[in-house]
Formats: sequence, C-alpha cells, structure tokens
Amino acid sequence: MINKNLAVAALAALASTVALSGGAQAQGRDQIRVVGSSTVFPFTSAVAETFGRMGKFKTPVVESTGTGGGIKQFCAGVGVQHPDLTNASRRIKKSELEGCAANGVTTVSELEVGFDGIVIANSKSTAHADFTIKQIFQALAKQVVVNGQVVPNPHKTWKDIDPSLPAAEIEVLGPPPTSGTRDAFVELVMDVGCAQFPEIKALPADQQKAVCNQIREDGAFIEAGENDNLIVQKLVANKDAFGIFGYSFLDQNMDKLQGAKMNGVAPDLDTIASAKYPVARSMYVYVKNQHVDVIPGIREFLAEYTSEKAFGEEGYLEAKGLIPLPKDKREKVRTSILNLTPVTM
Amino acid sequence: MTDIISDTPKAAIYQSDDFAARLRKRYAAERRFKMYGVVAIGVALGMLAILLTSIVGQGYTAFAQHDLALEVFFDPAEIDPQGSRDPAVISNANYGALARTALQAVFPEVEQRTDRRRLTSMISNGAAFELRQMVIDDPSLIGTRKQVRIPLASDYDQVLKGNIDRTLPETSRKVTDQQIAWVDKLVANGQIVNGFNWRLFANGDSRDPELAGLKAGLVGSLLTLMVTLGLAIPIGISAAVYLEEFAPKNKLTDLIEVNINNLAAVPSIVFGLLGLAVFLNAFNMPRSAPVVGGIVLALMTLPTIIIAGRAALKAVPPSIREAALGVGASPLQVVTHHVLPLAMPGILTGVIIGMAHALGETAPLLMIGMIAFIVDTPGGFGDASTVLPVQIFMWADSPERGFVERTSAAIMVLLAFLIGMNAIAVFLRKQFERRW
Repeated sequence: MINKNLAVAALAALASTVALSGGAQAQGRDQIRVVGSSTVFPFTSAVAETFGRMGKFKTPVVESTGTGGGIKQFCAGVGVQHPDLTNASRRIKKSELEGCAANGVTTVSELEVGFDGIVIANSKSTAHADFTIKQIFQALAKQVVVNGQVVPNPHKTWKDIDPSLPAAEIEVLGPPPTSGTRDAFVELVMDVGCAQFPEIKALPADQQKAVCNQIREDGAFIEAGENDNLIVQKLVANKDAFGIFGYSFLDQNMDKLQGAKMNGVAPDLDTIASAKYPVARSMYVYVKNQHVDVIPGIREFLAEYTSEKAFGEEGYLEAKGLIPLPKDKREKVRTSILNLTPVTM
Repeated sequence: MTDIISDTPKAAIYQSDDFAARLRKRYAAERRFKMYGVVAIGVALGMLAILLTSIVGQGYTAFAQHDLALEVFFDPAEIDPQGSRDPAVISNANYGALARTALQAVFPEVEQRTDRRRLTSMISNGAAFELRQMVIDDPSLIGTRKQVRIPLASDYDQVLKGNIDRTLPETSRKVTDQQIAWVDKLVANGQIVNGFNWRLFANGDSRDPELAGLKAGLVGSLLTLMVTLGLAIPIGISAAVYLEEFAPKNKLTDLIEVNINNLAAVPSIVFGLLGLAVFLNAFNMPRSAPVVGGIVLALMTLPTIIIAGRAALKAVPPSIREAALGVGASPLQVVTHHVLPLAMPGILTGVIIGMAHALGETAPLLMIGMIAFIVDTPGGFGDASTVLPVQIFMWADSPERGFVERTSAAIMVLLAFLIGMNAIAVFLRKQFERRW
C-alpha cells in the first residue's frame, strides 16, 4: 500500500511541476524567436548559432514556416508570445504591412540579406540544358499561345516548344504555392516569359494575370513540397526531369546536378551577384521594432547578421550558399537596420 | 436398443480413394496456409532488413569523425595582450586565428592569400569555440603550446570517408585537387585522426554538419516524454478503470466509448492544432516548450492507453472479482488489490505502444513550434526545445552533404532510444505478470 501511495504522490508532483513551470515561463522571454521562409532559414540559423556561441545571449530559436506563414505569425501582434523577426524570400507586401499595423505591429524594419538565384537543374549525367525564359513559360504555363491563339498548354516534350531542345518529356519538379520560391519563380520567370507574347498582352488585364501566373496542372509540373533534398534525389534517379530550387542547394550538390543556362547565362556566384543571371531575387529579414530592447539581444543579433564576417564577401553565409550584396549596398543595409529605420511601401 | 449397422465396414471409409484425396486436399490447404504465413513474415523481415541495412550502411560512418591534431600556441598577444586575465577579454579573443596559425605552420609553402584561405577552410567554425572553451576552463594554458584536437570541416571529413568522390572532375566537387593533396599530406603526417564522434552526443544542433549533435534533441525528447507519461498514465488508467469497472452502462457511456475509439483514429496534426489554439493562444503557454509538446502528445496517446487498458481489464476472469467480493472486499478493493495488478501487463503494453507513437511523432509538434532550429539544450519543461524525430527531419532537409550520414545516425539513435524504452516496459511487464 505504501508503495502505491508513493507512486500516486510522485505522479501528482510531476504533473504539478509541469503545470507550474509551464505557467511561470510564459511571463517573460529572453530568447529571440525567428519564423519564416525555408530559403532564408539556413542563413538565419547560421547567424543564430554563431550569435549564441558568443555566449552573451541565448541562441535564437529559428522556425521554418514559409514566407507567407511567417509574416502571418509575425504580424499577429506585439508581445512575448509573438515572434520578433521573420525571414522572407520576397519583399513584404503592402497588404501584409497593413495587416501588421491593424494588429498593433506598427513599425517594421527591413534587413536585406543577400541574393539567391532560382535555378532549373537536372542530373549531371545528361546534357547541359540551355533555356530561354520564354521557353520555360511555354513549358510550364497552364495556357500558352499557339498560332496566335491562347490555348491550354499542348506541349508534351521540350522539342514541341523549340526544335533545338531535346525530345525528352517535360517533367519539372518545383515548389508548392505556399513557398516564397514559387512566388519569386512566377514573378521572375512566368511573368517575364508571358510578357513576350503580344497575344497575351492583348487580353483584358484580369485574364492576362491568370494566364501569366497559372502553372499547368496536367502532370508536367510536379509540386515536390518544401523539401529540396527530395528534389535532388529525384533528379538523380530520373535523368529527364528538371527541378526548380534555390541556388544554395545546387551549390551543395555540384557533383550530382547542373544548373540550366537561362537566356545563355549559367547560374553561379558571379552571374547571380551581377544580375546577369536573370532569375535572382533578394532575401529579407523583417524586425518588429517594438520588440527591440524588450527581448534582449535583438540589436546585437542584427549587428552580427550585418557584420562583414557574416553577410559580407567570403563571410560564413557565403559558404552556406548566400550571394552577398555589393559592398555599398551592404553598408546602406547595415546603417538602415542598426538605426531600425521603419520600412515604407 | 437397436444398433445401426452400416453396410460398409468402418475401416473401408477411411481407406477409400475419395477419403484419401480429401485428406490430401486438407493437408495441402494447411501447408499452403502455413506457407502464406512464412511468406508474410519473410516479406516483413525482408523490408525491415532493407530499411536497417540502408540506414546503418549510410549512418555508421557518422559515429566516427576526423579531427585535426595540431600543436596550437596559445599566444598571449592574441588572447590577452594586457595580461589582465579578465574573463571578458579572454572570451572575446580571436581563437580562430590561433588555429589558422597552427595549420599554416604545417604548410609554410602556402603563401598566397587565396591559397591560405583555401587551406584554412579545413578548420571547422567550431574550432575557435572549442579552443576558447579550453582557455576559459584553464587560463593557465595562455602562453603554452599544446597538442589539441579540433574538428575538421565536414567537406574534408566526407572526402576521407569516401562520401565525396575524389575521382570526379575538380569542378564537380566542393573540394579542389590541391585541398585533397593537403588533406592527404596531413593524413600521412598523422595530423588527422579518426576517433569516436563524441560531438554527436555532446553538442546541440548546428548548421555545420561536423558540429551538429543530438544532445538538445535527446534531452527534449526525454522531457517531453516525461510530461506525456506523467499525464497519460494516471488519466488513461483512471478512465479505463472507471469506464470498465464502475460506470453504469447507458447511452452516455456508450457515446463516450464511441468517441474514444474515434479519437484513436484522428490524425495527429489535429492534436497539434488543438495545442496551438488552446494551450498557446488561450492559455499563453510558451511556444516550442516540452510542457506543451508533452500535453499534446499525452492527448494523442490517451485513447490508445484507454482502449488497451479496458481490454486488459476485461480479460481478467470474473471469477477473481466474484471471489474477492465473496470474501468481503469492497468494489474499490477488488479493483486496486486484484483486478488492476492482474491487468497491469496488458495496460503496460498499451502504454508502450502509446509512448513509442509519441516518441516518433512530429506532425502535432509542427503547430506548436517545436520544429525549429534550436541549439541550446533545454534546461526545463518551459525552455525552447526540439525532439529527436524533429532533429532527423531538420537534418534530412539540410543541403550539406555531411548531414546525409548524420540523418541516418540520428535514426539509429532514435531506434536505440525506442528499444531501450521498450526494454524497460517489457521488464516491468514481466515483473507484474501473473498466471491463473
């Protein structure tokens, strides 16, 4: 009997400590919380790790929620239960900033981290592809122009689009609509390719947007989820397939994959940094100014992020696949974020 | 009394050809059935073997790691120029430079800036922090020379392990021919040593594969499971005992039973959404904390424990209850003295299944922020924390080549954790087991 009573008492004690510690912790927070894009995640977490190692503050917690989801959480309000920073693989939208302000998040600062190229890559065991943006649009759009008519995409093989391309079937693995990479891909490739067709331009504005932004759903474009490693494995197994992902993944898998040339330019550090490679975008981190000095370490974290040894040339983020901003731009970004200049649209 | 005498003698029935054919058919059916069973078990074992060999084959190399063995001069001019031995000064010094100087001393012929940079890329980012820790622990090191082991950057470790193919053309790999030549020279000098990878267990997560470890995930899993166990066992067993032994059989208890059975089949992400809405948003509990994760997982495992518990209670023979009542025990005494101890092995089986499920679950933790990059080992139930399966998921998602083997290694550690937990439960079950 004594044993049983002891067991019951122990369980009760455990349950109550659990409840108490949970309640007590919710009061304050001494750890920075970051949410947002999975593309920026490797960079922000590398900075977080270095920042934590310096020993003055706890290592920030970085969650990978996707750009859209991150901004939603970030803008949910001010207070310890809301994140302090959010990663974004595109610029914050005006509507999102307004949503932020409606929830009391009135001042937000922007830190431009660097560039990331979006590459279309295939297995190294096949020929090095060379596409134009127009061809990619014709391969992946839901509706394309054939003989002056806007019709559902009839192209089955690359050769159907242009006789100079291989006869392989069109099979492209890419990010899902929730991804910032997808948003950027639509903006930088689909919209640009679309604009080269006068027939589409002749359509009314709303139809034009639908034609330009919709990606085909007949199996030629496969949504492969946010896990870019999975795409890499599938590309190695299937030699005819192409994958769409951030340059940093290509950089880490140079032995297995090759990035297709776009308008004749192959993706590499130099062509992306100099904007010769046409499919490059900036990555951002947004800061909730109202949390600075409430949550300890945010200023120091931003200083670490914008230090030359991190986001500068040959900094540790470059080793992770980040393409640094030009020097004068870096200095501008640094002064702007350290003064917490609010972003305006 | 009239005996019915059949026309054919008895023996003849059992010797007829028809009978022999029927008998053969029945034996054949039995043999076929046994064979199906053997094939089914064979397929299951084959799958398990494939899974284990692929994981172990990919992951076993992660348990060993190459370190650089360098003689580092703890230069007072670099660490503490004023000689103040002030901890703040010591912890801010540039320890990376010490490691770089030590490595450059081995290759005095490398003089060009870019070449030097390539050479020092062999030193992991973690080296500076490990050296700093050494000096903080023992400031008397300053001014002395010491042979130390510092981590080798993952790309080179992968070359030495054969995971990066050195026969590929130079442009196709992250490591140049010259860098491979340097590594080979260090190996020949005995300055690269291969040893047990203690960092895999002593470190938290890291963006650098050679430094990434499972400590934070292991401690997080342990804390989370403690909360889950602490809540699910008492609640689950009480609910099972009440419903089975005391509750009146009416529409209401039927409804409850149906609901519990349905809850056992609810996708786990739903419990995560519940955790987000109730514990985080309504009760303002901390995000990413083991306490919330534990509560969510407890809710998820409760139906399993209740259903298994009720089945175990039902399996206790009524004669035991009647005998106990017959000698004057109260209904509560019947349950606590006789029925519950006898049902304990079955209840524990349910608990094992529930806990194994909870240990491997990531989906409900997604919603409450436990899928995150967390380096610090949690010190309590309210600290930000991750769990082992999340660590596996995060590493599987990382682009660096070094994480491939570490992912498999983490799976092996998770399996070992699971087997250890089950072994304890099986031991307890054997202790409780009684025959009647």
